[in-house]
Amino acid sequence: MVPLDYYLILSAIIFAIGVVGVLIRRNLIIVLMSIELMLNAVNLTFIAFANSLGSMDGQVIVFFVMAVAAAEAVIGLAIVISVFRHRQSLDPQEMQLLKW
Amino acid sequence: MNGAQVGFFILAGLLIVSSLWVVFQRNVVHSAMALVAALFLVAILFLTLNAPMVGVLQILVYAGAIMVLFLFVIMFLNPIGLEQRRRLWWGFGALAGLLLAGALVPVLTNGDAPRDPVVATELFGGPEELARSLFTDFVLPFEIASILLLVAIVGAVVLAKREP
Repeated sequence: MVPLDYYLILSAIIFAIGVVGVLIRRNLIIVLMSIELMLNAVNLTFIAFANSLGSMDGQVIVFFVMAVAAAEAVIGLAIVISVFRHRQSLDPQEMQLLKW
Repeated sequence: MNGAQVGFFILAGLLIVSSLWVVFQRNVVHSAMALVAALFLVAILFLTLNAPMVGVLQILVYAGAIMVLFLFVIMFLNPIGLEQRRRLWWGFGALAGLLLAGALVPVLTNGDAPRDPVVATELFGGPEELARSLFTDFVLPFEIASILLLVAIVGAVVLAKREP
């Protein structure tokens, strides 16, 4: 049997990797993929706790997280497409129309 | 160290490597492929945690639908030119990530959840148990999720529509 802590440490590491991706990358599509990575790390935590507590609630919440992640990916990519049409670039640094 | 733990460490190592590949790869398509691998590995971890139904959904929804959408947008936009690797900024980001992981690990492992898992019953994590929980305790969130998906569909069509 693998202890719960191993899964929690693994998901903390994956979450931190996702945060690094959002911080350092200058490509909107990779930023969105890093967000998916973070959501997966949290899902792993939910499933690990559901297993260790013997409750189905964590698995149901993962189901909802997947629905929200699907909606987020669809809207995010639609925004990426419309930004690319206007700016011909995927660099978030260039989206500064509202910057003083 | 028994067989299950050896398997876990292999899966965990592969998952960390493919996640790093997603973040530090300059080519967008390579990042997307590494993300597919990472999502499959997470699905296998779900299977080892008595969650077969969620694992299958993970492959269908994430590795199937969402990644096809990502790849389709990458092909559609065809973002030419690799991103510059700015060493100072990337090093700073990696340092911030290490600090965050170092802060998260003690917080997560300090909880008073039972360290030894409850022995799973035959049905735990299967479609039957998941559906029973979903349609009794979580009916309202389920309906809200369906409205959310409808809004997402309409929003995506409006946003990506070519202006007349």
